[in-house]
Amino acid sequence: MKADQRCVMTGTHFINGDAACCEGALSAGARFAAGYPITPSTEIVERFAARAPQVGGLFIQMEDELASSIAIQGMVWGGQKSFTVTSGPGYSLMMEHIGLAAISETPCVFVDVQRGGPSTGLPTLPAQGDMMQARFGSHGDYVTIAICPNSPQECYDLTVKCFNLAEKFRVPVMFMMDECVGHMTEKVVIPPAEEIDLYPRRHASKPPGEFQLFEAGEELVPEMAHAGEGYKLYVTGLTHDKRGYPALNPAAQRELVGRLFEKIRRAQDELTMVEAEGLEDADVVVVSYGITSRVAQKAIQAARDKGLKVGKLRLICVWPFPEKLIRELAGKVKALVMPELNMGQVVLELERCAGGQCKVIGVPHPGGTVHKPVEILEAIERGAR
Amino acid sequence: MPKGSVAITTERCKGCGFCVEFCPTHVLELSNAFNAKGYHPPHMLNAEKCSGCNLCGMYCPDFAIFGYKYPDQKAQKGEQGQ
Amino acid sequence: MSTTELHVHNPVEDLLRQDRVPTIWCPGCGIGTTVNSFAHALLGQQINLQKTAIVSGIGCSGRVSGYMNLDSFHTTHGRAIPFATGLKLANPELTVIVYSGDGDLTSIGGNHLIHAARRNMDIMVVCVNNMIYAMTGGQAAATTPGASNSTTTPYGAFEPELNMAQLVDAAGACFVARWTAFHVMQLERTMAKALKKKGFRFIEILSPCPTYYQRKNNMGDALAAMVDYKKRSKIKNGCPTWETALEPGGEIVVGEFVDREREDYLTRMRRQLGSHYSEFPPQPEEQESEGCEKEC
Ligand SMILES: Cc1ncc(C[n+]2csc(CCOP(=O)(O)OP(=O)(O)O)c2C)c(N)n1
Ligand code: SF4
Ligand code: SF4
Ligand code: SF4
Ligand SMILES: [Mg+2]
Repeated sequence: MKADQRCVMTGTHFINGDAACCEGALSAGARFAAGYPITPSTEIVERFAARAPQVGGLFIQMEDELASSIAIQGMVWGGQKSFTVTSGPGYSLMMEHIGLAAISETPCVFVDVQRGGPSTGLPTLPAQGDMMQARFGSHGDYVTIAICPNSPQECYDLTVKCFNLAEKFRVPVMFMMDECVGHMTEKVVIPPAEEIDLYPRRHASKPPGEFQLFEAGEELVPEMAHAGEGYKLYVTGLTHDKRGYPALNPAAQRELVGRLFEKIRRAQDELTMVEAEGLEDADVVVVSYGITSRVAQKAIQAARDKGLKVGKLRLICVWPFPEKLIRELAGKVKALVMPELNMGQVVLELERCAGGQCKVIGVPHPGGTVHKPVEILEAIERGAR
Repeated sequence: MPKGSVAITTERCKGCGFCVEFCPTHVLELSNAFNAKGYHPPHMLNAEKCSGCNLCGMYCPDFAIFGYKYPDQKAQKGEQGQ
Repeated sequence: MSTTELHVHNPVEDLLRQDRVPTIWCPGCGIGTTVNSFAHALLGQQINLQKTAIVSGIGCSGRVSGYMNLDSFHTTHGRAIPFATGLKLANPELTVIVYSGDGDLTSIGGNHLIHAARRNMDIMVVCVNNMIYAMTGGQAAATTPGASNSTTTPYGAFEPELNMAQLVDAAGACFVARWTAFHVMQLERTMAKALKKKGFRFIEILSPCPTYYQRKNNMGDALAAMVDYKKRSKIKNGCPTWETALEPGGEIVVGEFVDREREDYLTRMRRQLGSHYSEFPPQPEEQESEGCEKEC
């Protein structure tokens, strides 16, 4: 289905990443959101609070992030698309409900504009320290999808994508921005509504009585219905059977958790979203994501100027990790270099997937600012040796 | 001629005694018999006194008893015992 | 007199998920008793059950949502109210009821309780107050009367209990009542009234937990608790909520304490937004709805 033109601000804009993210959500059909103010994400909800009533929606500022992260799930089961927005400390408070969305297969989007941590850390300065939290933050076993933009334009485009993925796979999708992209102002082109494809809600195709809320077909993603449609839904955070009824035994756990993993695992190729360049003959490939990829670009150029064969691999979708791609790549190059604005998180996964086939060089950084290109350049040079 | 009676789903009963205690006309008592779960469900001791008011049903936490009125007896729905 | 000649049918059954009873509740647990009053209130008010959703947190009382044959949401511990808030905002047509325990609603979820009352969110909250964390095995709750024993207060609690009626009144609830599981008929009437009211409605029900609260405090079985409620209760409709504190062993003040008119959240939102708010009729369904053409 196509986007609703009443929600889409078609045109060329000069806005920051936060504003672009807000417009992306509206274009994706999310007219409802809940949140709690926190720098550097606040501009997203401020704009949304102004825009939503114009399109028959609303923003509610809840009493905290625990409330926000579950209010959006009420909104989804009430028939809407919804999302919440936060940064570090608030993201920590949302963890329990990421788990709830995972087990109840509630399609929704969590936006985390990352800042320096731990704790209150650096409220106004960038970091990428929540990447492992995006993958493993809630207790228990589950998978999510995590997407990283590196420009305001992508803050728009990929927000739309996040909603589409949430609907398609019925998972909570993590949109992992950072302070730099959030506050960076650039040209953002919003296309006409008819050029924006939206993945429609997987709504029950069977009538009440025949429909089972957690019965999954071939794609392993069940259909859903909303409160008030006569389905007598039963949604619980307990391990449940196909009807949604609690089933507190190992067999039910295996079936449910197994399916939650498998529905994402089998979409690995579709979820391998990268920007690649110069990989064919590269000795060293710089693997990065988010704002760090823009700094890496400088380092790559400098290394090429020195005659080194350097490729670029930017991860747009970090979770699930593009395992297959990295495994193949690691077999062909001397080294993979990964700069990130944390003390070494995603690089652990890179190392695992490389499986010892090549050197893996992390370029850690505690955040607060971005890398100096020369730090990445040095790592490239080490890798090329 | 009693005005009403009760239907008891003995297998659901957990023997709490609420129905016995709060029946305004003391119709019920817990029987000596056990149900499959080992509880003593109620039975009617004074069936002729039952008004079918369903207060027993309102109290039963396990939806195991239900009082109903016989037809043609327009006894008003009372709120005895409160 | 054979019962089979008559069509004997307990209307409460229609509101229960038949494939889920018997319940997990202990013998004499008062939660089930409160469900009778609730079911009769729903049936008596001709509420559209297709448009009625029930939301619970976690706990023995939190299991109510899962036994009701409504749209049932069993969420996380303490967070039923914000979930219900989202549900109601997304679809204002729904009648949304939160049914949960004292620990769930007033301790871990206390902040949400205050703010939903303050917003006058149009939801009805039923709090089963068994004065204990029952599901986890009898630990102290904010509602445990001072000096009571619990597994985490073996020398008695060193803190006074919360009066939730006073709390939600102060926060702005438009309807506040308290009954006990003994008051089945009054509870039904109050629930019926609350179901028809708009805004944040709060009903507290004292309910026996024979397995933990009663047993830990040598208070006898469930029946003894019910008889005790009967003895100690004093009906005081309209009583100022600051005079309704539950003193250990003292009078249990019950009744409808607050019933006032206040604009609820959505009404106020629409009034304040005026012409800035656009109604948003859904777009007519397109023919093709087979997902997007581009891969996602
Ligand atoms: C975040 C979180 N903390 C703790 C628990 C454990 N827990 C489950 S139910 C419960 C207490 C329930 O007490 P109450 O709300 O009074 O319900 P009751 O069982 O007494 O009806 C607790 C502490 C939990 N499930 N989640
Ligand atoms: S229906 Fe009324 S009178 Fe009859 S047993 Fe039940 S409570 Fe007693
Ligand atoms: S109230 Fe119900 S569960 Fe208790 S004794 Fe009577 S029939 Fe049995
Ligand atoms: S533990 Fe207490 S509250 Fe829980 S079911 Fe048993 S009696 Fe009821
Ligand atoms: Mg309790």
